[in-house]
Amino acid sequence: MAEIKEAIKENSMVIQKDMLAGLFKELSTAQETGKKVVYTFVPGNLTELILSFDMLPVYPEINALQSGMRKKSAAYIREAEKIGFSEDVCTYVKCDIGMMLTGNIGPTGEKLPPPDLLLLSYTGCFTFLKWFENLEKLYPGVPVAMLHTPYQEDGKITSDQIEYMVKQLKDDVIPKMEKVSGKKFDMKRLSKMMENSAKAEDLLVKVLESAKHKPSPIDAYFAGVYYIGPIFTAFRGTEAAVNYYTELYNEVQERIRLGLGPITPEGELKEEKFRLVVEGPPNWTNFREFWKIFYDMGAVIVASSYTKVGGVYDLGFRHDPDEPLESLAKYCMGCYTNMNLPQRVNLLADYVKEYQADGFLINSIKSCNSFSAGQLMIMREIEQRAQVPVGFIESDLVDPRYFSYANIKNRLESYFQMLGQRKVIMAQEATI
Amino acid sequence: MRSLDEILSYTKDLAFDLNFKEAKKWKAENKGRVLVGYLPIYFPREIVHAMDGLGVGIMGAGDRKQIIKGDAYYQSYICHLPRGIMEMALDPNLEDFDGFIFPAICDCVRNLSGMFKLIKKGKFQRYFDYPQNFDAFIGGEFYRQELYKIIEDIKKINGANLTDQKLNIAITLYNKNRRMIEEIYNIRQQYPWRLSAVETYHIVRAGLSTTVENHNHILEEVLVHINEERGEPMDNIRVVISGSFCEQPPIGLIKSIEMAGCYIVDDDFILGSRWFESDVDENTEDPLGALVEAFLTKSTFASCVSDLGNPKGKRLVELVKRRNADGVIFSAASFCDPALLDRPELQKECEAAGIPHINFQYHENTGQFKVIKEQAGTFSDSIKLWA
Repeated sequence: MAEIKEAIKENSMVIQKDMLAGLFKELSTAQETGKKVVYTFVPGNLTELILSFDMLPVYPEINALQSGMRKKSAAYIREAEKIGFSEDVCTYVKCDIGMMLTGNIGPTGEKLPPPDLLLLSYTGCFTFLKWFENLEKLYPGVPVAMLHTPYQEDGKITSDQIEYMVKQLKDDVIPKMEKVSGKKFDMKRLSKMMENSAKAEDLLVKVLESAKHKPSPIDAYFAGVYYIGPIFTAFRGTEAAVNYYTELYNEVQERIRLGLGPITPEGELKEEKFRLVVEGPPNWTNFREFWKIFYDMGAVIVASSYTKVGGVYDLGFRHDPDEPLESLAKYCMGCYTNMNLPQRVNLLADYVKEYQADGFLINSIKSCNSFSAGQLMIMREIEQRAQVPVGFIESDLVDPRYFSYANIKNRLESYFQMLGQRKVIMAQEATI
Repeated sequence: MRSLDEILSYTKDLAFDLNFKEAKKWKAENKGRVLVGYLPIYFPREIVHAMDGLGVGIMGAGDRKQIIKGDAYYQSYICHLPRGIMEMALDPNLEDFDGFIFPAICDCVRNLSGMFKLIKKGKFQRYFDYPQNFDAFIGGEFYRQELYKIIEDIKKINGANLTDQKLNIAITLYNKNRRMIEEIYNIRQQYPWRLSAVETYHIVRAGLSTTVENHNHILEEVLVHINEERGEPMDNIRVVISGSFCEQPPIGLIKSIEMAGCYIVDDDFILGSRWFESDVDENTEDPLGALVEAFLTKSTFASCVSDLGNPKGKRLVELVKRRNADGVIFSAASFCDPALLDRPELQKECEAAGIPHINFQYHENTGQFKVIKEQAGTFSDSIKLWA
């Protein structure tokens, strides 16, 4: 195993850490303060709407990935398998349910409050439906609000789909939120929050698109998962999120000005050897070791699909204060895994071209059919269209049994050798 | 009238004809006809019928076709069904099909719709979303729009116009089909020895590859035969199979369960053909609305439909009681998230109701059944001895 050194942190990271600590503190005292708690999902989340009722969101996938990073997921998964969950199914679900069965202690060591509302706004992942059916049984009597998000089957969002979602929001989701929170829905407040959402979204896009520079000032996958944290979870629509993204944007601009590469846990990457586009979520149980394989080889991820799982903002979508409910509907339908396969292929092929990537890599996740089913075809398509070498590795989200360090390292080293050789050949051909 | 042996021989071949010769022959008889392939679980074939087409169920390649190309499209941890279907799509099996429907059952089937788009298989490839909101004005309207899309897809191919009259005729035919299948299950509930589970499976699955008119004729003949005594009662327990609604179990698995001493008195094998628990309204002025209303209010329980407010576990227990079954066998395809994520809650409900159960997993091309037979045999013995 690789030796892991103490991580180096920038100011934006410290800000984010404080934001998260504050949230979990608020959650841990929710029962005393009387704040209502909503369990919901990251893709297609309705954070502004939840916050507009002064309720606190909890994201089970975030808890699961945090458990993975803190080496707690294996035990949680075992707990869920003990009560009948198959080894074959999504490990986020099992980790989350295992955590609940063993006291629901959150990532910061504080107990998470039970939900007052289960908000199933499910986007791009069928398992979410099953997940919340299970949570409903674990928390009997807790109301469930369902927001069915139609898939972008035809590669576009249609007016009847928007209408369907807005009707669900008006007739089911909002009335249930009013009942649980005891507050009337305030459209103006929601609209105001969306101004903040759009500002933060603008800044996030600028941060992610900074990777078009050479050298890239950011890693848009491993560091990218931190960049998306506030906007994909409990902070979209808040001033805190705008402040965080302003700080992050300034840091990135400064790195561009100084011609610096991305920050890794061991400091700045000194030499950018390979620029990659990555499809699929990362592994969380061995996140640092996984990242280290890349930065040790001088590989920078310049664009990734995972950082679009909670919104493909670089395609132009912004939350719109002038039509808040319609824009929530469009947001839900626009998330990456709710796009059809041809759309995903087009997006990834464009990334390879626009970000001048040397290669395209898939980290295929055993647990996540929403991402994984079809990835081998995506790989072939990208290889043909973008004419770059493609690579394929396999791991899992939070089940450490499916992370084989030696196998992944061997594969990646071979892949980087191939990329290196190709660069040499291309350089030779250019001189002929 | 044909003998039962003749019918069984015919349906056995028809059920597993992966070249869909009979359906293709039907299409070739008239220039305006279309073939629309659909995947599990449920799809309203009535609208295809009313548009001068035939909805053909594509349930996978099972253990009847060697998978070579299909495996190259899927990782080891993805279920077997889509690789068999990709193999058929890349081979000539699905030639002459005009379009394909991918009902909203899981992420694998959903993404397979995109793969068919990328390889441009058929004139249309449509993901068919079930509403998860059951309000007539919200989910009902959404579902109606989903149906319109398919109607437009077919119209673009053959120019057919959907009329209320034609759709009412189709609904009447499929109602009759569902009633007769149910009647077969009802007779088997009382006299399971008259028609084995494998024979029943062949008869029901055959209906996915032929016209509803022909299948109704088959079912009428079968009903005549099994209303007469046939076979010998055995000292078997009675079980309900749950979890096999999408990727189909190999015939050897169904046979092994029966040979191990279990009469299968209900199952979810070809669930789409038994989707509604009562008739869709016939002869209405809005037959499309009748199909919508039936989906919202008359659907059976299934892993692809949200069960909020009407939990699947309770409905499974009711089914077990209605069928007077001794136990449940949870038999799900490996890596089938919908079935396997439902299983713990379903098991819990069975336990609460005192219903014994066992579980195992399979692939559609599983070839070894010894362990399954031993497990089912032990289950049967334990119920006979101690229940």
